[in-house]
Amino acid sequence: MTTTTAAHDDHGHHGPAKGIMRWILTTNHKDIGTMYLWFSFIMLLTGGVMALIIRAELFQPGMQLIEPEFFNQMTTMHGLIMVFGAIMPAFVGLANWMVPMMVGAPDMALPRMNNLSFWILPFAFGMLLLTLFSEAGAPNFGWTFYAPLSTTYAPSSVTYFIFGVHLMGISSIMGAINIVATILNMRAPGMTYMKMPLFVWTWFITAYLLIAVMPVLAGVVTMMLMDIHFGTSFFNAAGGGDPVLFQHLFWFFGHPEVYIMILPAFGIVSHIIPTFSRKPLFGYSSMVYATASIAFLSFIVWAHHMFTVGLPLVTELFFMYATMVIAIPTGVKVFNWVSTMFQGSLTFETPMLFAIAFVILFTIGGFSGLMLAIAPADFQYHDTYFVVAHFHYVLVPGALFAIIAGVYFWLPKWCGNYYDEFLGKLHFWLSFIGVNITFFPMHFIGLAGMPRRIPDYALQFADFNAVASVGAFIFGFSQLLFLYIVIKTIRSGKQATPEVWEGADGLEWTLPSPAPYHSFSEPPQVK
Amino acid sequence: MKIRTWLSLSSIALLLSLSSIVKAEWGVNMTEGVTEISQSIYDLHMLIFWICVGIGVVVFGVMFYVMFKHRKSKGAVAAQFDESVTLEWLWTVIPTIILIAMAVPATKTLVEMYDASDAQVDIKITGYQWKWQYDYLGEDVSFFSNLSTSRDAVYNKEEKGENYLLEVDKEVVIPTGQKVRFLITSNDVIHAWWVPEFAVKKDAIPGYVNESWVNVPVGQEGVYRGQCAELCGVDHGFMPIVVRAVSQSDYATWLDEQRAEKEAAALAALGDYSFDELMTTGAEVYAGRCAACHGQNGEGMGSMFPPMVGSDIVLNDVDKHIDILINGVAGSAMQSFAEQLTDVEIAAVITYERNAWGNDTGDIVTPRDIIDARQ
Repeated sequence: MTTTTAAHDDHGHHGPAKGIMRWILTTNHKDIGTMYLWFSFIMLLTGGVMALIIRAELFQPGMQLIEPEFFNQMTTMHGLIMVFGAIMPAFVGLANWMVPMMVGAPDMALPRMNNLSFWILPFAFGMLLLTLFSEAGAPNFGWTFYAPLSTTYAPSSVTYFIFGVHLMGISSIMGAINIVATILNMRAPGMTYMKMPLFVWTWFITAYLLIAVMPVLAGVVTMMLMDIHFGTSFFNAAGGGDPVLFQHLFWFFGHPEVYIMILPAFGIVSHIIPTFSRKPLFGYSSMVYATASIAFLSFIVWAHHMFTVGLPLVTELFFMYATMVIAIPTGVKVFNWVSTMFQGSLTFETPMLFAIAFVILFTIGGFSGLMLAIAPADFQYHDTYFVVAHFHYVLVPGALFAIIAGVYFWLPKWCGNYYDEFLGKLHFWLSFIGVNITFFPMHFIGLAGMPRRIPDYALQFADFNAVASVGAFIFGFSQLLFLYIVIKTIRSGKQATPEVWEGADGLEWTLPSPAPYHSFSEPPQVK
Repeated sequence: MKIRTWLSLSSIALLLSLSSIVKAEWGVNMTEGVTEISQSIYDLHMLIFWICVGIGVVVFGVMFYVMFKHRKSKGAVAAQFDESVTLEWLWTVIPTIILIAMAVPATKTLVEMYDASDAQVDIKITGYQWKWQYDYLGEDVSFFSNLSTSRDAVYNKEEKGENYLLEVDKEVVIPTGQKVRFLITSNDVIHAWWVPEFAVKKDAIPGYVNESWVNVPVGQEGVYRGQCAELCGVDHGFMPIVVRAVSQSDYATWLDEQRAEKEAAALAALGDYSFDELMTTGAEVYAGRCAACHGQNGEGMGSMFPPMVGSDIVLNDVDKHIDILINGVAGSAMQSFAEQLTDVEIAAVITYERNAWGNDTGDIVTPRDIIDARQ
């Protein structure tokens, strides 16, 4: 295990097949992880281009570049692609790469299903994206697709959207089952549950969330399909149905979905901060319990997305209190990260910079989340840019920064080379500045009264919209630098040691860099 | 030392500039509004905001201290502690206490907001794609309120006015010093009726009637503007709300005027109109009500909104044309205009559509035809 091999192809009969069939037929967790990550990056750029089209139109008041109808298609597709195409597959890709290495397994538990769960995705998103070129245009009812705008009043492309969502759901459920099976069955001897690395723990809990809520999403889109094509009236008030039922079902999926996109990020950050603080993670067990509490609470807070639909007073109060409670375990996590850094011996390599930015900016997103939880105040915040600022703060410098941090952190392990540290830092600072210029002003225009999802706005919102648009272009184009850095690292770079980082701790760092094609052919012993 | 002085100076400068921005009210903060409820919501907002700022200063303060002090390049050696039961308890219990302290005033305000009893005026608000209907219950006054900003202003062909996108053809008028209850519903998709100064935002949902209320204090007469807050289709950004709060006596006068106008319109429909008169009125109505979906030159839009130019109904079937205007098309965005337009306006717009853009049918539809069709 001490000698490293230069390229995967040298493994002889243990290695991958040649050419394109390697990728189509592969059952290897690393190959599939790589494909997930590239797929999500392509989706990030696709959704990013849509975001830039939106920001370009909103640069000035008045309609300049596109029509309101196309604007609605862009906001809808941007949301769907970023949530289901960029963030979720990126985390599954990281899980594929890292979970077997972290638990001391040779591969994932269900390798063929792993292949299928990835290869469904290009078809799901192909179908969704192709609607852009149809006569009816792409879905235009927002990523939350509230009925009856998405049923009775929807363009005909909604059927393709429903089929696409079904495929994504099947893919996610299969991916989640695979991760659960791997963690339950393939841990190295001696790795008890409370010795599992936090990325494994957070993904373990996330996988259960996925298995619990993706069927609800499948159910709700099936009800839509029935309403549209088979004459039912689940969500049609004229036929005795209930449009609010849609929202309850959607957010019963949607709120755990929010945590599906952030819990693995917590895991990644909980690896990076101890490594570059050269100090063990503070409060490991409270981290695990906090993650589990957040996951549990995520099932009983869904109606805080619906404070203005006219819920009864007691319902409103219950969901307000339950939502406020989430601040406690989330706070515990933030305090633990800060305490991990406290009296450490800190260095600031690119993964650490992204992780620190994650802690600060995610916390800002958490603060606005706490403000949104206050139901009376939410009557003013709801459906304004304040909400847009909030969820972009938790998803972009939150989830996305954690993913980028993870990629920089593990890239030397994956391809055996260090990335260019100077370029990495440049990428960080451009992203950090860009993301704040884009999303911070949105707090102001939201509080000042600008509703979300509007293609044109009153004149008093003009200045901050212009600022946000400039920031969006800075942030968007700096991601091309990320692409360049990753390709450069794959091709060349300083040879990485097995432990890669001075303070690295965990089974994955006992493997050579690059990691062998089949991670642990013999189970390591965990003390 | 120099760096530290610079840092503390710049942070003071940043704090000062931030607070001056907040004070100057350059559209960066929530409005205090004009009602008691909006004021308590603003207070809650500022309270939770300062709590967050306080926690942020402590947490980020420690982080920045650590980042400057405990860095390896300064020779910091890592301690190896990884647990402290006392600390864990502390940072679970303290936030809990803060949250309870926060929940108490929030609950109080919410209970007040939900008390819509004993209203003196009831206004039913119905959301349509993309306009609002206001129905003064028991007063025999009802009208639609549409965006009055011109499409040319939206497409940058003319100057944008002060109230760009926040102006309507007919304002909803309410009395001050009285509790006005809004009964909010929708005719098609979900909308949300929002006036920030009142802190009233309620979804308008088909099949539901939601309640909300406002009591604008005497002395706060004026115009209050808001917008639809729930994505409701292509013109979601173009359905503003304008409320004019007036004294109770002005309100009574206004109600009388509305009833008189309605009678005048009914009389007007019995008069005679020339082709040119109908075409002029029709062009105005078309630009204001129809062009958003059917195109400024009748070209239609996408697969959802059919063109007027060369349409079989427009060229041949006059009865069907009238029927669509009066009854709408079920299951589509085309709504009934029977209540939204007067007989003269309906007749004029149909005449216009049948003769504009090269349709040239020569058909004239008179207000009397509409009166007949309504029966």
